[in-house]
Amino acid sequence: MERAIVLGCSAIGAGLAMIGGLGPGIGEGYAVGKTIEAIARQPEAQGDCTRTMFIGVAMAESTGIYSFVVALLLMFANPFIGKL
Amino acid sequence: MFCAANVAAEASSEIVHGPKVVFEIPLFGGISITETTVIGWVLIAVIFFLCLWLTHDLKKVPEKKRQVIAEMAVEFVNNMVKTSMGEKFMGYAPYIAALIVFSASGSLVGLLGLRSMTADINVTATWALMTFALITYNKFRANGALGYLKSFTKPIFLLAPINILSEVATPASMAFRHFGNIAGGMVITTLLYMALGALSNLLHLEFVLGPFTLDVAAVGIPAVLSVYFDLFSACIQAYIFSTLTMVYVSSAAE
Repeated sequence: MERAIVLGCSAIGAGLAMIGGLGPGIGEGYAVGKTIEAIARQPEAQGDCTRTMFIGVAMAESTGIYSFVVALLLMFANPFIGKL
Repeated sequence: MFCAANVAAEASSEIVHGPKVVFEIPLFGGISITETTVIGWVLIAVIFFLCLWLTHDLKKVPEKKRQVIAEMAVEFVNNMVKTSMGEKFMGYAPYIAALIVFSASGSLVGLLGLRSMTADINVTATWALMTFALITYNKFRANGALGYLKSFTKPIFLLAPINILSEVATPASMAFRHFGNIAGGMVITTLLYMALGALSNLLHLEFVLGPFTLDVAAVGIPAVLSVYFDLFSACIQAYIFSTLTMVYVSSAAE
């Protein structure tokens, strides 16, 4: 019974953790949109803009990755099961 | 229902147990050598011989294609280091090149059906620790030991815990970013393969040829996702990891 509760709550927690995926999605979309605006204004700066955008996007992605790591931990390497 | 449970169990076994233990060295109570280590050493050997082959008998004016390729690769890394670190850090170019090649090939090895080397937190954490050591070394050299300690109390001394935390967060975020991207791609591709296998099983489109099973539904569709998760993600993460290393190191030296 206890185990079932912990497992169920962990599954819910993993799902909740992935809500964190919202933020990077919005942020990256914004960054890419701005980059496209910049390229449309100055097509010759495309290389620089794209390179900087990729770095920024990868940086913005890290919060989403943290939530993903937490979800992975809850699903596959649950630390709470061992405490029962 | 049964299929879904199966899929989850199989996918989880790949993550839970991590990389498989290939063999054990009977020293200090048994050091387990995992897939990651073996693939890493094989990659080191492959890259080493590739470099030897690319750079033997170089001419002043390139005659062979391989010299052109080698020059292009070196030029690419040199340009990268020059633009993001400046002329006086050109000594870091070989390290950055090694990082890019090892990271990209370690992730791209997933295309051959092996487990990606970088889908193991130990690998990326090691690289992040190396970057952290370089950052700390450069801060020490630029400010001296006392200046280094003083830099933690920068705006006011009350912020010292937060400064220490942000110092630790740098390598942690680098390690988790690279690991999470590659591992996430691996989980999604594994789940997709399992799901397509279950689908073709459901539609009776599964053909067993001796030890091999051909799932008709799993032909072609995973390739589309693989272009993003394996090819694009692997190259971009290698590029980003090295760019971040360069940015942090050069800003630490100021």
